[in-house]
Amino acid sequence: MKLAYWMYAGPAHIGTLRVASSFKNVHAIMHAPLGDDYFNVMRSMLERERDFTPVTASIVDRHVLARGSQEKVVDNITRKDKEERPDLIVLTPTCTSSILQEDLQNFVNRASITSKSDVILADVNHYRVNELQAADRTLEQVVRYYLEKARRQGTLDQSITKEPSANIIGIFTLGFHNQHDCRELKRLLQELNIRVNKVIPEGGSVKDLQDLPKAWFNLVPYREVGLMTAVYLEKTFGMPYISITPMGIVDTAECIRQIQKNVNHLMSNKKVNYESYIDQQTRFVSQAAWFSRSIDCQNLTGKKAVVFGDATHAASITRILAREMGIRVICTGTYCKHDAEWFKEQVQGFCDEILITDDHTKVGDMIARLEPSAIFGTQMERHIGKRLDIPCGVISSPVHIQNFPLGYRPFLGYEGTNQIADLVYNSFTLGMEDHLLEIFGGHDTKEVITKSLSTDTDLTWNSESQLELNKIPGFVRGKIKRNTEKFARQNGISNITVEIMYAAKEALNA
Amino acid sequence: MSNKISETLTFECETGNYHTFCPISCVAWLYQKIEDSFFLVVGTKTCGYFLQNALGVMIFAEPRYAMAELEEGDISAQLNDYEELKRLCLQIKKDRNPSVIIWIGTCTTEIIKMDLEGMAPKLENELGIPIVVARANGLDYAFTQGEDTVLAAMAHRCPEQNLLIDRKKVTQDSNIKNLFSFLSFEKKQETTNEQLEKIKKNPPLVLFGSLPSTVASQLSSELKRQSIQVSGWLPAQRYTDLPFLGEQVYVCGVNPFLSRTATTLMRRRKCKLIGAPFPIGPDGTRAWIEKICSVFGIKTEGLEKREEQIWENLKDYLDLVRGKSVFFMGDNLLEISLARFLIRCGMIVYEIGIPYLDKRYQAAELLLLQTTCKKMSIPMPRIVEKPDNYNQIQRMRELQPDLAITGMAHANPLEARGINTKWSVEFTFAQIHGFTNARDVLELVTRPLRRNNNLENLGWNDLTKKEKKNKI
Repeated sequence: MKLAYWMYAGPAHIGTLRVASSFKNVHAIMHAPLGDDYFNVMRSMLERERDFTPVTASIVDRHVLARGSQEKVVDNITRKDKEERPDLIVLTPTCTSSILQEDLQNFVNRASITSKSDVILADVNHYRVNELQAADRTLEQVVRYYLEKARRQGTLDQSITKEPSANIIGIFTLGFHNQHDCRELKRLLQELNIRVNKVIPEGGSVKDLQDLPKAWFNLVPYREVGLMTAVYLEKTFGMPYISITPMGIVDTAECIRQIQKNVNHLMSNKKVNYESYIDQQTRFVSQAAWFSRSIDCQNLTGKKAVVFGDATHAASITRILAREMGIRVICTGTYCKHDAEWFKEQVQGFCDEILITDDHTKVGDMIARLEPSAIFGTQMERHIGKRLDIPCGVISSPVHIQNFPLGYRPFLGYEGTNQIADLVYNSFTLGMEDHLLEIFGGHDTKEVITKSLSTDTDLTWNSESQLELNKIPGFVRGKIKRNTEKFARQNGISNITVEIMYAAKEALNA
Repeated sequence: MSNKISETLTFECETGNYHTFCPISCVAWLYQKIEDSFFLVVGTKTCGYFLQNALGVMIFAEPRYAMAELEEGDISAQLNDYEELKRLCLQIKKDRNPSVIIWIGTCTTEIIKMDLEGMAPKLENELGIPIVVARANGLDYAFTQGEDTVLAAMAHRCPEQNLLIDRKKVTQDSNIKNLFSFLSFEKKQETTNEQLEKIKKNPPLVLFGSLPSTVASQLSSELKRQSIQVSGWLPAQRYTDLPFLGEQVYVCGVNPFLSRTATTLMRRRKCKLIGAPFPIGPDGTRAWIEKICSVFGIKTEGLEKREEQIWENLKDYLDLVRGKSVFFMGDNLLEISLARFLIRCGMIVYEIGIPYLDKRYQAAELLLLQTTCKKMSIPMPRIVEKPDNYNQIQRMRELQPDLAITGMAHANPLEARGINTKWSVEFTFAQIHGFTNARDVLELVTRPLRRNNNLENLGWNDLTKKEKKNKI
């Protein structure tokens, strides 16, 4: 048992559901007790989804506990098949159902006889993998299922496209700025004259998965999700993949050079050369290279920062800060414990210390000990920063609704470098402003403002009502106080009791 | 499925495929209510992830609750669960020193049959801190019923009120004193009789249900106006202030989802239950007070006028809601009371979805619903227990209600299809009880309607793509 207040990565089934509901016309059925369909709330609220989340639960209740699910799961699958006509139904076990040890595979086999949809059982172990690992696994499972099906049916066409083309693998729902990153990657590929063959899982159709091998290569922008699929495609079809995250100027250039290598490998006649494109973008389209030279960024030299997040974002941001902006990263870390070796290798030489943990109190203690001038982390680090009065830029999941912005905010590609530069710069200047204010004793108008807001009063609050007033949450207390006093004055009352407070509330409709 | 609305209350039961919060969410408001408590949820990552997401910002405020996260070793019983819990509780005692630790049992502890009730007394002795066990799991309960399980468990911990013993002791005392002073005997006897007389007139009344302290004192002062003294609340602000219970004590619920607590108070603590409608809306509040007064043989004073005045104050909102229709998808058990209030406000209710309906505990509320429908000459709504969200959405598509009261999973998709929604969860967290807060309920209900008044003429109410619209 572990005493836990907060976790960075969610349980396994969330990963599976994120992949399943990213595909078009795929429905997931969770084998779960009432209330475990919380995923629907997250998707509908955080992503502001307009459509009903294609996830339902086959409820595990007392009866199921006593007699087993029996026909229930099969009925739920066939019912959903009739109602929504999905291409694929993914039966998703949860931590509760996995200890029941029911033979879910048997339900899947039975249901797939009667239903028109394909039915599969998500193959994840709840006590061994987290959300991200499960997502990676499920994506690979779905891709493998459809490619093997196509091979069996003889519809698999292994010839590659005439023009250079690529698959983008790993863009999915509730991912940190995934939608914007996807648009930026598409633009990048277009400018390199490379066609986007398929993007999976977001917006993809499982019927099209058999076309995956037509691409010249696969692009896996994030370390956490998509690698297993890419490795499978490489093994089975000999498709090369690029797993360098195009985040920051140096890595974006490196990623483009890799693309060049892969394209030229398959090009028969003329070879492509992207160097002039990289140079043009770096010096003039992206503002980040110029920003690094500018006097603003000079002021950031040697400033101390701490980085924490998922492996992809934490590693990339660490390198951007250290290599591209001259900021000293005194500690960097990730909660992706399963990928610790890769992470350490990536940030080697770019930071003083490395922290691999999924315990947020350890991260908090580390930040308190090191006292950086800025933090780049998840929502949790933002709150740690608030408590310690250190500014924080959010660079990775887990996130809140404000990290699903409506405006265009990619982290990848050349536009991404601009966004990151803004984020870094704004975090530091805010910190500096705060610091200066403190040195000069704050805004000098503060005193006057409080005075004009306070009421010189002839009214007395008795001890009981004073107590009641203190119980009211701080942010509305002032308003309640003013309204009550207004009411008391209107009614010629000078002694305010609890009853007067309530009467005022009723009378003023506040 | 036919959507005819019949003349009497009809009860239906569907498949139970509906969205609601897990009952462990009750820790969110209970840990704030009971200031010296610590809630330990014994469950898996799934429970933890739910709490962390459902409670949003609260999680960062060093809350007095935590997960005892079960790992593979706990599930396969390679680890001794008693020792494990002891280790965590010692840690909690050291860090927070609470007056009570409440263990919340979850689905997983049910399935692996972890004997929380058996372990608690042993550990309690070893630790010196009371440990209360509540099984608030998704196998058996929905959302607010979590509070019910906690309060039912807590009812066992309330101190015993035994007037007979008290009286005997007083008499004994006075007999001893009598030996020394003749005068004091008579005086003592008098006070004892006075006390008994007073108790006969206004017997101890304990109200149960967790409310923000402001709302609790509003309701108490409402009863005080009718010269009824509330002798205690379950739960109180602190665990150490739990009310006295016993045979002479009357109890009355303030929320519709507390049927287990009511049963425990009656059967195990021998209290007398006052079955009343719930004090939600001015009509409910008045009926609630009247019922308590009638049990105590007190004639109410100025109550009618007070209710009228509240309705008068609501006029602007009533104009907005009159004649509009509502559809409750059902997820928090407040639905019957809210529907009754909204019907009295002049709205038409198509359907009342509700996770679970205890017809005995809610009897007075159901009766009031019925009389309200008659009074307003509005057809009786259908009441659907354990609803099926998919079917409900089909019905809603046909009925096109002006307002759907629904969980967050469906709110945005319904809005995109041009159906106004109000999140049902807000009713559990907002202050909705008593005369004073009637306006807050309507504030919530009218918010989407008022929003529409602002955006109505822009012509972009339906925001789905055509192909998808046909499906739902």
